[in-house]
Amino acid sequence: MKIVVCVKQVPGTTEVSIDPETKRLIREGVSIEMNPFDTYALEQGILLKEKHGGELVVLSMGPKRAELTLREAIACGADRGVLLNGRPLGGSDTYATSYILSQGIKKIKDVNLVICGKQAVDGDTAQVGPGIAAHLGWPQVTYVSKFIESGESELKLERMHESGSDVSVVELPAVLTVLKDVNIPRIPTLKGRLNSRKVDITIWDETDLETDSEKIGLGGSPTRVVSTRKPDARDKHTIVLKGSASDSARELMKILKTRLEL
Amino acid sequence: MKLSELDRADNYNDVWVLGEIAEGKVHRVTLELLGKAKDLAEKRISAGSKVVCLLLGHQLDGLEKELFSHHADKVIIVDDEALKFFNDSIHASVVTRLVNKYKPEIMISGATSKGRSLMPLVAVKLETGLTADCTGLEIDEDSGLLLQTRPAYGGNIIATIKCEDYRPQMSTVRQGVFKVQPEDVSGTGELISEFVLDEEKQTSLTVLSEEGLDGESRINLHDANVIVTGGRGVKNADGFKVIHDLADAVGGAVGASRATIDSGWISYSHQVGQTGLTVQPEVYIACGVSGQIQHLVGMQSSDFIIAINKDPDAPIMHLADVAIVGDLFEVIPEITKLLSN
Ligand SMILES: Cc1cc2nc3c(=O)[nH]c(=O)nc-3n(C[C@H](O)[C@H](O)[C@H](O)COP(=O)(O)OP(=O)(O)OC[C@H]3O[C@@H](n4cnc5c(N)ncnc54)[C@H](O)[C@@H]3O)c2cc1C
Ligand SMILES: Nc1ncnc2c1ncn2[C@@H]1O[C@H](COP(=O)(O)O)[C@@H](O)[C@H]1O
Repeated sequence: MKIVVCVKQVPGTTEVSIDPETKRLIREGVSIEMNPFDTYALEQGILLKEKHGGELVVLSMGPKRAELTLREAIACGADRGVLLNGRPLGGSDTYATSYILSQGIKKIKDVNLVICGKQAVDGDTAQVGPGIAAHLGWPQVTYVSKFIESGESELKLERMHESGSDVSVVELPAVLTVLKDVNIPRIPTLKGRLNSRKVDITIWDETDLETDSEKIGLGGSPTRVVSTRKPDARDKHTIVLKGSASDSARELMKILKTRLEL
Repeated sequence: MKLSELDRADNYNDVWVLGEIAEGKVHRVTLELLGKAKDLAEKRISAGSKVVCLLLGHQLDGLEKELFSHHADKVIIVDDEALKFFNDSIHASVVTRLVNKYKPEIMISGATSKGRSLMPLVAVKLETGLTADCTGLEIDEDSGLLLQTRPAYGGNIIATIKCEDYRPQMSTVRQGVFKVQPEDVSGTGELISEFVLDEEKQTSLTVLSEEGLDGESRINLHDANVIVTGGRGVKNADGFKVIHDLADAVGGAVGASRATIDSGWISYSHQVGQTGLTVQPEVYIACGVSGQIQHLVGMQSSDFIIAINKDPDAPIMHLADVAIVGDLFEVIPEITKLLSN
């Protein structure tokens, strides 16, 4: 089985802050990591490869330093990494990103299965996985919570939604997005780490990928961010109660009675 | 579709809501979106915009009434056994074909797991843009374009996004972001039936069964008038007892911050916030929650917010209508006692 896992390098979001002057995201000095949801996609790729044999390729689109994230994935057990990098690819929205990744998957050749994380913690869209499926014309199973059976040519999967779950069978090739529930990601071994330093990362740009220049980057993106701002700090008059517990409770009752006509 | 000389923006009218069915009933988010769609269509009245609800499923007879009374001018129903379960491939093929046929200017859907699976497939097949998880939708007065607002980077940034040169303009919206508009029970409109083509049923994805959550794990935060939420301040799983007691006393539901879920004190279905649910109850009582932005984005539009926290400077205390400085294990039982009397 030839598997591609899509991994994205993201800023550690708990540290994200906004420059008060420019109102833009401060990227300098912010740590970067593999998108947490992608670690489950990677682990699933490793598990399937261990079971069925074949090759596991990790694929990322991003700046040169995203190589580090690919090496981290190789340290965990991926065979090789492919980075899609080039100036014209920058500024892509989910439509263009999923197009570019799908071109990468075509060029990797003979891929049976693509696994993505549920969503990336920076953009938070959960649209790239389905976008890849649509560009490739393959079926998708999103929000996979359990691999019930995995054969060479088809998978039986459980998927979660808010109000329940379903069970489906999908023939390969297919695209999956996985939830945290599927596995517990492993930590790289020392041997894995050493090995990951030696492996060459393949880098492809827009010409290698033969992308349609109308469909990539800012110009090829249907959506455009027109402005950004900080979330509203709700400017309101807060009543502060700081007496004893019983006083506060009684005071609260009074407020609720008048304000909410309870 | 990218707009061109041949396929101009004015060929695209109407505001579509991609409806969702849950357990044989119209999903609440669909009703919320119909109210918003009415608002958007009124602002595009010059383009002759109407509110259209597209509903796919099986045995949908009679559901159109509720859609009409929630302000749909037109309902397109595709009723077929092949749509009994949510099958991404079949649903996407049908929706794509119908959009190409009727050419809506705007199409919105709930950001439920189904909406978030189907809409990106459809958007790519249609070659247009899609904005995820919007918290605001407005029509720009000058251009007539849809301005789509959404949080990103863990809620630290609010971005406004447009899709100028492609149609339809598409967005998904979380449940609870917009309010259901008052019903007009006399509302009627045009009902259209469409069908699934045989070739659309040919797919390598087969959905075998669908199961609802059992009563135990279902807590309906969306329907609750009062939500009592516990944060890391409740200390451990047992600490949630005071939260449950208060929720029972007010007939409300129990919410939780992510920190408590990550610690395994309560199940994910209780999570409020960016990666959980967006809620808008009449009263939200946050107990031992600090009020990180990821939590706030999920509850800040509640009508009345009460925060109980030891730390008077916790961010939630500034957002609250009433901020009680104190130990939740002392304050909450007092409140519960007064309410029970
Ligand atoms: C991408 C991303 C998505 C996220 N999505 C969500 C989400 O959907 N929902 C969510 O909730 N979080 C989310 N988070 C996490 C969020 O940033 C916070 O980490 C989390 O909400 C903090 O939970 P907390 O307020 O319970 O804990 P803390 O921040 O630790 O706050 C605990 C508070 O309790 C108070 N306290 C302690 N003891 C007592 C006592 N006895 N009585 C009274 N007060 C007491 C403390 O003063 C403190 O203010 C997300 C994070 C990221 C990065
Ligand atoms: N630039 C990228 N490179 C590789 N994979 C990506 C990239 N962007 C998104 N993905 C994949 O798509 C998933 C969903 O991302 P998103 O749609 O941005 O929330 C992620 O979990 C990744 O698996």
